[in-house]
Amino acid sequence: MVHLILFLAFGAVCVAGAINLILQTHPIQSALSLIVVMASLAAEYLLLGAEFVAAVQVIVYAGAIMVLFVFVIMLLNAGTEEVTQGSKIAKVLGLPALLLLGVLMVWAVTHHATTSVAAGSLYGDPKTIGRLLFNQYLLPFEVTSILILIAIMGAVVLAGRPEMSNPQANAARKDA
Amino acid sequence: MNYLPYILIAVIKIALMIFILLTAVAYIVWLERKVVGRIQNRWGPTRVGPFGLLQPAADGLKFILKEDLTPPHVYKPLFIAAPLIAVVFALSSIALIPFGNNLHIFGQDIPMQITGAGGGDINTGLLIVLGITSMGVYGITLAGWSSNNKYSMLGSLRAGAQMISYEIALGLSLIGVLILAGTFSLRGIVESQQGHFPGYIPHWNIFRGQIVAFFIYLTAAYAETNRIPFDLPEAETELVAGYHTEYSAMKFAMFFMAEYANMVTVACLATLLFLGGWNGPLFGPPLVRALLPVLWFFLKVFAFIFLYIWVRGTMPRFRYDQLMAFGWKFLLPLAIANLIITSFIVAYRA
Repeated sequence: MVHLILFLAFGAVCVAGAINLILQTHPIQSALSLIVVMASLAAEYLLLGAEFVAAVQVIVYAGAIMVLFVFVIMLLNAGTEEVTQGSKIAKVLGLPALLLLGVLMVWAVTHHATTSVAAGSLYGDPKTIGRLLFNQYLLPFEVTSILILIAIMGAVVLAGRPEMSNPQANAARKDA
Repeated sequence: MNYLPYILIAVIKIALMIFILLTAVAYIVWLERKVVGRIQNRWGPTRVGPFGLLQPAADGLKFILKEDLTPPHVYKPLFIAAPLIAVVFALSSIALIPFGNNLHIFGQDIPMQITGAGGGDINTGLLIVLGITSMGVYGITLAGWSSNNKYSMLGSLRAGAQMISYEIALGLSLIGVLILAGTFSLRGIVESQQGHFPGYIPHWNIFRGQIVAFFIYLTAAYAETNRIPFDLPEAETELVAGYHTEYSAMKFAMFFMAEYANMVTVACLATLLFLGGWNGPLFGPPLVRALLPVLWFFLKVFAFIFLYIWVRGTMPRFRYDQLMAFGWKFLLPLAIANLIITSFIVAYRA
């Protein structure tokens, strides 16, 4: 009973944060709403029993990735977004389409879900997750690390100094 | 209504711990002024009360009574929220720190930590403390941005980038300890450091091969709490006063409290993970035996905080590019090397 109340409360906070994210005009307020969404997702993971994932969600997502988002917003000095006319079609068809999509999703989940998870039923302790990561899911784990490494290298090349990407051509161009 | 004893005990523990923590924060400021003064061959505060002991009370009164100025050009919601965020996350992490063994009073088994009532324990305690300290970055980042001031913005960007860079080295240096202890629970890590090696050397993690990890943790902790030698973002001679330039009175006092409360948290973590927590010689009648671990804990935390203040009085500060290069190019590879060597040794022994 308490689990249901907590699940609904954190779910409501999550959805409210997400809606606020879209409705805000200043990017920093959207970023703060996203932090609220991440934190309430961590609480939902904790309710399921995945304590390691919940803690790592706070440390990585809310504590590092969102800090970098906030840095970018601060550095670019993005101001309040300008209010435009908006598309006329979106005003007429938007809300009915949203309701239709919501009804479809609820129907699909409630009629086709084969298993349901009770609160606290997952084995989320670090030892279990560590064993799974290094035995069954070793290949996806390593491939994900290489994927992130490729992304970092791409960012460094794109944002670096010109002579980093093509030393001879850029050095020649500098001398001319 | 069998929750009532637990709630009552929790409320008493919370009230006691907040009182002790806030008094400790105030008197660490006094200790710092005295010790740094002595290092610089002068008295510290001596006039307000004997040995200047009432100086923190005078300072607190000043902060409360001073005019709380909100400049007109700031972004008000975040300007007011930023010190609150900083101080809330700084004070919350004390809830997970255990101070001693369980007390048995009136037939109840009371663990000496706020969380984990009923004899239970949080088995990912260390991760949660790391999560709370990583959320504390927002206080500083948003303070500088909302002040709408070049110096504050630069100071907060530098402080934020420094804190997230050194969090990595901090976390990696703790993994060696986790490999030796086998659990994330803070109580479990302390209990794995009981006993002695032959020759009366205690079985603390610092003597079990984690000396390099201890120094990495020490350095990363100085950077996390923005203390000398890593306090460029808030140095008085640089950037006016960094991210707290536009703050006055109580809001400034909150940043101050947050910084010193972070110091206490980091010192408590170092004691639990490297110096054996509350393990120490036990002697005497049962009441003394129950309270002696708490004394050892406080002595070790005091030693760590004294080291903080000693380093503050002795060392110059890093330039910002030296600071970032040190964190990424030296501490991070060293922490990874420590992790690899520790795991090889533990796997070889098993």
